[in-house]
Amino acid sequence: MSEPLLRVEHLTMRFGGLVAVDDVSFTAETGRITSIIGPNGAGKTTVFNCLTGFYKPTVGRLSLTGAHGRFLLEQLDGFRIAQRARVARTFQNIRLFAGMSVLENLIVAQHNKLMRASGYSVPALVGLGGYAAAERDAVEIARGWLERIDLVHRADDLAGSLPYGDQRRLEIARAMCTDPVLLCLDEPAAGLNARESIELNELLMWIRATHGIGILLIEHDMSVVMGISDRIIVLDYGRRIAEGTPAEIRANPDVIRAYLGEEEDEELPPEVAADLAREGRL
Amino acid sequence: MLYFTQQLINGLTLGAVYGLIAIGYSMVYGIIGMINFAHGDIFMIGAFHALIVFLILGYLGITWVPLALLIVLLVAVVLTAAYGWSVERVAYRPLRGAPRLAPLISAIGMSIFLQNFVQLTQGARGKPLHSVIPGGITLAEQGGFSVKLSWMQLIIWATTIVLVLGFTWLIRSTALGRAQRACQQDMKMASLVGIDVDRTISTTFVIGASLAAVAGLMVTLYYGVIDFYIGFVAGIKAFTAAVLGGIGSLPGAMLGGMLIGLIEAFWSGYFSIEYKDVAAFGILVLVLIFRPTGLLGRPEVEKV
Repeated sequence: MSEPLLRVEHLTMRFGGLVAVDDVSFTAETGRITSIIGPNGAGKTTVFNCLTGFYKPTVGRLSLTGAHGRFLLEQLDGFRIAQRARVARTFQNIRLFAGMSVLENLIVAQHNKLMRASGYSVPALVGLGGYAAAERDAVEIARGWLERIDLVHRADDLAGSLPYGDQRRLEIARAMCTDPVLLCLDEPAAGLNARESIELNELLMWIRATHGIGILLIEHDMSVVMGISDRIIVLDYGRRIAEGTPAEIRANPDVIRAYLGEEEDEELPPEVAADLAREGRL
Repeated sequence: MLYFTQQLINGLTLGAVYGLIAIGYSMVYGIIGMINFAHGDIFMIGAFHALIVFLILGYLGITWVPLALLIVLLVAVVLTAAYGWSVERVAYRPLRGAPRLAPLISAIGMSIFLQNFVQLTQGARGKPLHSVIPGGITLAEQGGFSVKLSWMQLIIWATTIVLVLGFTWLIRSTALGRAQRACQQDMKMASLVGIDVDRTISTTFVIGASLAAVAGLMVTLYYGVIDFYIGFVAGIKAFTAAVLGGIGSLPGAMLGGMLIGLIEAFWSGYFSIEYKDVAAFGILVLVLIFRPTGLLGRPEVEKV
């Protein structure tokens, strides 16, 4: 078996006394959607923050292997994770460049390609050499995405002025414009209505089918998770409690317990239950 | 009327210089939210480089003015940009992420350091430079008073217009400018789309210092005498200009510079030359009271 796109091994993240992520291991494959689910505070976003360089993990190895090489994400600086390892992410609370136009948001995401084309020199920026062609190319790619997410007519508006659902899709398109091999989506369906959620499902399945990249998805909306995930990893209190296909996860008693809590009366030892019954409290 | 025109010409010239320096304040504030108090002294360093290179060129016998100017411009810009880059590298980058007051104090320290450095190495006395580009045209003459527009003033105007247009274009439509605006809005997010934030900030300092160097060169030529202290006064004025125009906005910085220049020229022409600074800063106070974000600054709209 070849090396998976992303291999997370023994990831642990401690903040003082709080263990946000505790010895979590999993893998994500190219061409697959791997979902991370779990109750609030389970450590899902912390995993993303470790993957994208916001946090340096306390323990653990995060290795990304692609056609462009092998990278240890925990050792890379913030921008190199996007630039070299080619990991892109979106946020639970949308973080677009609100004061830039919709089109510019997509072009600025192609910054590295453009800077490479300019050879980091001033003359190139003035339009000499391959820069002009690269810029046309970047605009072309951006236009393609605008068509896909149906925002062509708003290309020159400020990104901050878009309605919420459009901002979500624009953020995904921007992440895709960085030409990633791994796309990390943090609750992309949060705040979307039923129709928008279905559109999101279609968009993600389309990306999976056409772009040959791996997708990591944090999501609370079970219609999204169960509908499109290839694998699901369940976290609870920072620990991985289950992993499997959507069908397996749905039937897993540990997962049900994590989400719904223990069914207490079943767990009471028989003698305690008997005592309580005698006192008329049960 | 003639007197008015003359003051207008003088004011616009002064304003162009303030504007070029103000752009440096404004761009740096825009990207890292910090007032670079050493920027005025970077301007002074630019002026000194220009002076020194002129003297060296004179010594070598290169006296054809256009060639000499070009060499001085290039050398002064490159060396001053190196100072700007180093200041950021040494005094601000290590403090990134520190409370806002820390880099501010560091900037004041850098300013004092640069002033004293030049005072020690160049002496405290004013350094004169013979007039390199003399002459000009007389626009109108009446009763012994003539309105003069010197070549130097024309050169200052033309250079400023070219530079401001060039840099506005740079910020608006190149990859570098986009990266800069992205960093301005959300530095962390910019790094997540693969922008090297540190490099972008360095570039901003280099651009700011280059513009300050051009301003320094122009002041050296225009006034013909400089000392280690010119950076302080010009810096404070240019900072005022940046705030007046709306700090963070490039056209705003230029507009603010022009206004401060004009106010100064007219006030010293019609009222008293001693109180010209009071007038400039008085206008600043009024603008801050009635339009706290400056003339062209965008107000921060908070969404609730």
